Amino acid sequence: MEICRRKNQIEISELDPFLAELLRQIPASANPEGAPAAEQRIFSPPINGKETELCAEWKMYVEPELRRLFQTATQTVGADLEQLNGNEKSLVSRTLRIPTKHADAWLSALNQARLVIATKNNFTELELNDHLRSPIGSRRDLSLFQVNFYGFLQEFILRELDC
Amino acid sequence: MSAQPPAVEVAVPPDPRIVHPTNTTSSTIGAPTIEKETRTEEALDVPWQVVVHNDPVNLMSYVTMVFQRVFGYPRDKAERHMLEVHQIGRSILWSGMRERAELYVQQLHGYLLLATIEKVS
Repeated sequence: MEICRRKNQIEISELDPFLAELLRQIPASANPEGAPAAEQRIFSPPINGKETELCAEWKMYVEPELRRLFQTATQTVGADLEQLNGNEKSLVSRTLRIPTKHADAWLSALNQARLVIATKNNFTELELNDHLRSPIGSRRDLSLFQVNFYGFLQEFILRELDC
Repeated sequence: MSAQPPAVEVAVPPDPRIVHPTNTTSSTIGAPTIEKETRTEEALDVPWQVVVHNDPVNLMSYVTMVFQRVFGYPRDKAERHMLEVHQIGRSILWSGMRERAELYVQQLHGYLLLATIEKVS
């Protein structure tokens, strides 16, 4: 896989089918539904303690806005990922071009996905920092690889935004 | 938060410097009206602080960017706060009026950071 900036786009080329599939899974992975711990992490309370009035207001007014925000980001990413669909030639490498104006949406969707996967798998800080762990021998290892791969993409996008 | 804080009515005593007319008949001019001044609860509020808590998933570079964007901090200040979150587990990013603190927390949640408001003790 190669990743580089070309004018107003971030280009991810030489994408093998495995990594392309991981990218396709971003919108689905970002969805916390059905996982109460992930839902709780994505929509965390604004205050510690027993300020029930504020928490109730937050749920009523702020949470729906956040849901819309997160959904818009994953929809943008989902639309960009349609480039990876089409004629399936499983062994052919693909190229994905992300408009730089979508960078924020990608950062958000990747972050949502990383948080949801990490919460669902209850990854420890030690596991998350173990970048040399290999090979992928279980579903949990695959999820950890997914979190780190999405993190790598986030880092690249952040570096490009910084330039 | 879109909910407005309830107004607190504070009775203001009549200003002793105001000279009220004395040669008038009480049948035509009534007693002076005591004006009531309203102040919002916010004006009487004690400071609140915005606290960001450690999260092993969020990238350090991402957290730094969020602090720069949300609070307009220069990079070195944003990095200091990010490192404080990483090493100590929490960092106070801002303190002031509650409503603004809530707005900051809302923005931070929009970036998926673990943030809360706390009353300054």
